[in-house]
Amino acid sequence: MTLESVMFYVLSSIGIASAVLVVTRRNPIISALWLIVNFFCLAGLYLTLHAQFIAVIQILVYAGAIMVLFVFVIMLLNFRDEHTLFERVTWKKNVAAGLGLAVMMEMIYIIMTAAYPSAHYFSRSGYIGTIENLGVQLFTKFLLPFEVTSLLLTAAIVGAILLAKKKMD
Amino acid sequence: MLENYTPIFLMIGVAMAFGIVMSKVNEILGPKRRNSDKYSTYESGMEPLRSTRERFSIKYYMVAMLFIVFDIEIVFMYPWAVTYKHLGFSGFIVMASFIFVLLLGYYFVWKKGALEWD
Amino acid sequence: MDVYISDILLNAPFEIVVLTALIVLVLESTRGTRPNISSWTSIGGLSLAAVAALTNLGASVETFGGMLQSGGFANYYGALFCISAVMTILFSRNYFERQNYHRGEAYILLLFATLGMMVIAASNDLIMIFLGIELMSICLYVLAGLFRHRDRSNEASLKYFLLGAFATGFLLYGIALIYGSTGTTNIASIRTAFPHVSHDLLFLTGSGLLLAGFAFKIAAVPFHMWAPDVYEGSPTPISGFMSTGAKAAAFAALIAVFSRVFGPSENAVHQIIALIAAASMIAGNVVALAQSNLKRLLAYSSIAHAGYMLVGLAAGTADGQIGVMYYLAVYALMNLGAFGIIGALETENDQNLQMDDYAGLSEREPVLAACMAVFLFGLAGFPPLAGFFGKYYVFLAAVKARLLWLAVIGVLASLMSAYYYLRIIVFMYFEKTKAESVPISVPMSVRWTVIFCAVLVLLFGLFPSVIVQTVLRVLF
Repeated sequence: MTLESVMFYVLSSIGIASAVLVVTRRNPIISALWLIVNFFCLAGLYLTLHAQFIAVIQILVYAGAIMVLFVFVIMLLNFRDEHTLFERVTWKKNVAAGLGLAVMMEMIYIIMTAAYPSAHYFSRSGYIGTIENLGVQLFTKFLLPFEVTSLLLTAAIVGAILLAKKKMD
Repeated sequence: MLENYTPIFLMIGVAMAFGIVMSKVNEILGPKRRNSDKYSTYESGMEPLRSTRERFSIKYYMVAMLFIVFDIEIVFMYPWAVTYKHLGFSGFIVMASFIFVLLLGYYFVWKKGALEWD
Repeated sequence: MDVYISDILLNAPFEIVVLTALIVLVLESTRGTRPNISSWTSIGGLSLAAVAALTNLGASVETFGGMLQSGGFANYYGALFCISAVMTILFSRNYFERQNYHRGEAYILLLFATLGMMVIAASNDLIMIFLGIELMSICLYVLAGLFRHRDRSNEASLKYFLLGAFATGFLLYGIALIYGSTGTTNIASIRTAFPHVSHDLLFLTGSGLLLAGFAFKIAAVPFHMWAPDVYEGSPTPISGFMSTGAKAAAFAALIAVFSRVFGPSENAVHQIIALIAAASMIAGNVVALAQSNLKRLLAYSSIAHAGYMLVGLAAGTADGQIGVMYYLAVYALMNLGAFGIIGALETENDQNLQMDDYAGLSEREPVLAACMAVFLFGLAGFPPLAGFFGKYYVFLAAVKARLLWLAVIGVLASLMSAYYYLRIIVFMYFEKTKAESVPISVPMSVRWTVIFCAVLVLLFGLFPSVIVQTVLRVLF
């Protein structure tokens, strides 16, 4: 086994385990902490795919900034007693869980058996995800999406203020 | 390819091991005197009055939200800075218009008083 | 990528809307401005953009390095979105004032949402479709929760946001799988690669997930659960905008992806669309029969209308596409008008929304009642009105594409829908006014907008070729 595949199996098993823990923990803060573990595993997986810049951003933005927001929201909601937060399992939820499981099996089957006819599209070069390469792509071919992003962010700012500002004058 | 990262992985491993070992060693070697006072919450020498889980004001959320938006803006500036020479003057225009739009958003935030604490 | 002057000129409608949004943003930042200034600026900018779009209905050209498909197709939708937004603003001004919550910031979001819709309709790249959908949805999530002191509005916003974010997840996963199997996100390139991947499981799964994401945005069964609660809880003119603009935008994306990539070939995706269409028509109309709240009723009816329009897509032919584009335009007019009237008659705290509140409306408000009757007859699909030709075109396309069963279900479902549309008309014209009903003054701007919609519904019904010719010019 190459180092890549060792890394892949280690990171993805930790990633799946931490994702399950995020959903099953009762205390939302502990869930949030497991989510950080999950983000780190994802960042590691990006590295094995030669997406260095994305890996760093994953840690900076997700594990850093977004988690801060998560924790603030948890504090804001301030559940007095986490133990009251459990839900009753009804037949509807069982059916939903069954269907979800079926979709998951289907996806696994498809991904395992897919022919990947187009593997040659993707470069295996280690430099594909470097910051230079990404920058050139972003500011030439994907220039318009980049500019639209600024409008998206501005709209998000206006929306956040409109919904959450304490006193609107 | 991934071999290039060996030093980084090594450092992450050492850092994690150091943290775990230090706290565990402290737990094993340190003297233990168990009594109820030891296990109560330490609140600057005062008796703890109520739960430490206070409800946060939504103002924190506003700050965090705005922080994320401008954090994402910065993310786009790294690749831009690295490729600036390659892009030339058009690269300057491109980033200037991006920042201009967000600057208007910032002006809106400022004028709406979302950055004031009260 | 080099940006040419021609790229910028070809996309003039976009730039006008962006500039208007930024101007309103600055206007709103300065303290002491009245929302009236913002609303009129928005109306001016959007009208200008609509005119700019309508003056260029020629062939489509790839611009911005293949990211956008500018020209007729995009501009047809662009004009539709801008006109819908103008009407929404005209209705909102009075509505927000009466609800004591007139905030100019709402118009910034409305403008950005319109821009998102225009981006979706012009996209030639899955990345642009995603960005457009996000821009539109984020603004609509906030607009749904605009009355933040009301529980229902909050509920609508939260429900729309949570389910919408989930649907966006499907959409993104679909885009990822399509990228994985074809190596590109450009729709034109995907089309070239299509013969090689048409039986690739990965590609088909990606398309299925994409379809699920879009089906959520158009509120088609089984992804419709959010629509009634969201339309009911949102400010009424905004509900009208969501049910017309957002729906039309998602349909534009559906046409861009599925009709452009898959073409008229017989395949699994078209069968799935046919099933979704049948389910939407049946479920939407059956549940609408039991509604007494008009906003909820129109929400279920909008699910049914998504079904009718999907019939045209399921046919997969050019006829079907023409039918859908005609249908979208006239549906926008009818539904916006209907929501406009409901909003104009609504009083504070969600009152005056029940069907029996409309009893005797023809005596109190003869003009509004007549217009409402035009919209309802149109939605039901009665012959001289525009709604009839919309249904006629999509069902005809289905029959031609040997989907007779789907057309039969469609006709039966529209017969069923006539019952609940006519019931409102019966209340308006043949019932006595309730003693406790309060008189409402409806301002002239709202009156004239409603009359304008009703006249257009009549005209496009009498002369459907006006729109059909435009669509033909845009598509071919």
